Amino acid sequence: MTIAEVGRARLRKEDAHLITGRSRYTDNMTLPGMLHLAMVRSPFAHAKITSIDASAAKSSPGVVAVLTGADVAAQQGSLPNAWPITPEQKAPAHPAIAVDAVAFAGEVVACIIARSAAAARDAVELVDVSYEELPVVLDLEEALKDEVLAHPDLGTNKSATWIFDSGEAGTGKAISEALEGAEVLIERTFYQQRLIPAFMEPRSTVVDPTGEQITVWSATQIPHILRLMLALTLGIPESKVRVIAPDVGGGFGGKLQVTPEEAITVLAARHTGKPCKYTETRSESLMAAHHGRAQVQKVKLSATKEGIVTGLDVHLLADMGAYLGLVTSGVPILGAFMYNSIYKFPAYRFECTNLFTNKAWTDAYRGAGRPEATFAIERLMDELAVELGIDPLEVRKKNWITHEEFPFTTVAGLEYDSGNYEAATAKAVELFGYDELRAEQALRREANDPVQLGIGISTFTEMCGLAPSRVLGALSYAAGGWEHAQVRVLPTGNIEVVTGSSAHGQGHETAWSQLVADRLGVPFENVEVLHGDTQTSQRGLDTYGSRSLTVGGMAVLAAADKVIEKAKVVAAHMMEASEEDIEFTEGKFSVKGTDQSTALGEIAFAAFSAHNLPDGFEPNLDSDATFDPQNFSFPHGTHLAAMEVDTETGQVTIRKYVCVDDVGVVVNPLIVEGQVHGGLAQGIAQALYEEAVHDDAGTLVTGSFVDYLVPSAPDLPHFTTARTETPSTTNQLGAKGVGEAGTIASTPAIVNGVLDAVRHLGVTDIKMPCTPSRVWAALEEAKTTGGVQ
Amino acid sequence: MASSKTITVEVDDVSYTDNVEPRLLLVQYLRERLGKTGTLIGCDTTNCGACTVHLDGVSVKSCTMFAVQADGHNVTTIEGLARDGKLAPLQQAFHECHALQCGFCTPGMIMQSASLLAENPHPTEKEIRDGLEGNLCRCTGYQNIVAAVQAAADGTVSADSTVSADSDETETAGVA
Repeated sequence: MTIAEVGRARLRKEDAHLITGRSRYTDNMTLPGMLHLAMVRSPFAHAKITSIDASAAKSSPGVVAVLTGADVAAQQGSLPNAWPITPEQKAPAHPAIAVDAVAFAGEVVACIIARSAAAARDAVELVDVSYEELPVVLDLEEALKDEVLAHPDLGTNKSATWIFDSGEAGTGKAISEALEGAEVLIERTFYQQRLIPAFMEPRSTVVDPTGEQITVWSATQIPHILRLMLALTLGIPESKVRVIAPDVGGGFGGKLQVTPEEAITVLAARHTGKPCKYTETRSESLMAAHHGRAQVQKVKLSATKEGIVTGLDVHLLADMGAYLGLVTSGVPILGAFMYNSIYKFPAYRFECTNLFTNKAWTDAYRGAGRPEATFAIERLMDELAVELGIDPLEVRKKNWITHEEFPFTTVAGLEYDSGNYEAATAKAVELFGYDELRAEQALRREANDPVQLGIGISTFTEMCGLAPSRVLGALSYAAGGWEHAQVRVLPTGNIEVVTGSSAHGQGHETAWSQLVADRLGVPFENVEVLHGDTQTSQRGLDTYGSRSLTVGGMAVLAAADKVIEKAKVVAAHMMEASEEDIEFTEGKFSVKGTDQSTALGEIAFAAFSAHNLPDGFEPNLDSDATFDPQNFSFPHGTHLAAMEVDTETGQVTIRKYVCVDDVGVVVNPLIVEGQVHGGLAQGIAQALYEEAVHDDAGTLVTGSFVDYLVPSAPDLPHFTTARTETPSTTNQLGAKGVGEAGTIASTPAIVNGVLDAVRHLGVTDIKMPCTPSRVWAALEEAKTTGGVQ
Repeated sequence: MASSKTITVEVDDVSYTDNVEPRLLLVQYLRERLGKTGTLIGCDTTNCGACTVHLDGVSVKSCTMFAVQADGHNVTTIEGLARDGKLAPLQQAFHECHALQCGFCTPGMIMQSASLLAENPHPTEKEIRDGLEGNLCRCTGYQNIVAAVQAAADGTVSADSTVSADSDETETAGVA
């Protein structure tokens, strides 16, 4: 009996080249005759372009050409938005190079093409652009008034309004009844600050236009979608475009985009007939790569005096920024289904207004809508607990779906297939030492200790495995949510797995090898996983939304199953038995009731040589499969944070962080653990460190890593992580997805913990990030308003 | 444009003599002139540490030095760390502790960790975290990086560390 690969902490196949410096990031690439690009970007957040004089730049040493918006107006098209959430949705045209006007600081107004990157950058400063400045709208409440318009031509800042009402949808009662009959009503406004994905590898694109196809290497999460969208946007036949995502240095949603810079690099390569490369600087990346979050949440929660929630009403203002990127408009909608989280609310209404402002556009960032929703509801559950004077864990228990109640159709209309919130919470409470920490908290309060202790709780669930294509269609998304895979059996019996889900750090090569090794009974080492090139991986919908294993992995298994079916036919022929008598276990095909067997490798060679195959058998074991999920998957977990707050300085320290996640069946615990750690770091960063700040003119103030505080090692604690395992029932493996879990749960856990430490001093809310100055200011304000009890 | 200067630098045991512009950064010299693309650029402000190399055995951020300042010095990059086909203990430790995901910060992290251990062979967890403060990682939350540095310091990484090792396993990490 061989050891099962699924569940085994295999070390990663991906590591060898990355730890030795033999990496293949896009910017590492040099092609013969390659030219280099640099972008001229608008310093103004909103302005008309009155003239551009590029003559000095054109005569600068090494410069080959300068492209302005006017030069490429006929070819550049408009960058795509694939998610028109309503038929009436308003969206401005989105040229890769601005033609007449700019709508955010950092927008590209011209592109220098030169023989070296340095020569291109030197010439940027020689392009003389005349602007006529226009008033800017930056704040969501201001944008709602429609007094200053981000795009005057649109006549409004409102892109779309999207509503879900459980009364109308028939998934629950009307919210009006719940609010009118409320024994307890909690009303709050939460601010989801603007964040920057801040992947470590700056975006980079190399385009070679010299072959039959235009070959595009790009630091992207979505080579397949990029291929289709570049073709549609630029009017190039799709068959003439090949996209390769080589090593990609992180994405977190930030590389789920069809960027102006990618389109411009294609235009420049076609213009010059030479390979062209563009690599952004970090300040360009922070300024102009899409941002995330940026929402104002006005929420009302009604409950009985016993703490049973009766309704939730959400009014959301969502900042689109200046344009609609690939899925910008849909991000709040992904959150709409998650506000009710793990709870049994009888009534729910969600209304979202998508608004334009003169800032970089927003789009997917790890969790995309779901962290915002989880934050709001988990903050509200704590507020309800405070209002009623009961333990916040108790309030959650009173309202959550119990494990006997699955499958459970929620008030938002989703069917949760499985879960066990009681088990995850019990394990977290035990690991955390909840009662001991509560006792210590009481002692510190009593002693008036300058360093107070708070306990932050967050439970969560999320919809993962994006996505059933029919559901996406019902939500007006342009594409489906399936994934494709191919399993190729080489003549030696070695296996090549081609996946449409393109990895950028997630470890697909290792995990997919484990899946296939188990299914086909071949050694882990004999499996090679290929991805990220539209020439080898012809079909795919790429990597985002914790979909790779639950959708892409299922496609891999389905393809492997087809290989087995084909091989059985050959095995039967080779062993002169009937197909019905062939059994397949651990890589061997045997005839029932005999000791006759043949291995997959032997069958592979027989299929390759094709000398003696059954009549009509196509000499090939390779198999394709496309998997379209029937439902989402719903990972969940309970996160607990012990937060210390120095009331004299506002300094916040994470003393202990415990999380128990239930991500279903785990293929590789090492990889799962790593995903949780990284997710926690990003969620904690939102709670404590990161914010994209603009000045009154719309210039990004946090424009470098000096000011945009991506946490470093001393800023984060050692995490205690554990798992419970309740298999998903909607896929054959029982997996649920893990990429976003840590990010979703950790933000409210931290903020709830900070507030729990200082609530007795009269502090009821602190805007994120909870920096020392904000915490200190909140404490001071509470003193002056007499908040101290 | 200022006139170019001739420099001689030993990089990963090979001596190079080149004419360079005085403004050329060491990291650009390594990547663009020597093709040593294992050393990466992640920011413009000396914050992220992706470009960390050793200059005469001590870690420096190669985006914060001009190539001319390396004249007459010895530079080691991530590409020069493995010896005779054997991974350096830190490289092996990063692999065994799953201390990398996308891998972009990894060369700088490993070079900084090596410098840290040379200064302080038995650091505490806090000393490791503080010692890596100048290197940003967006994927791992640092926990496994800290564990890797600890493992390298404790000598608990596998001795059989070939450059192409990909079939080792551990059953200890990450189990609930």
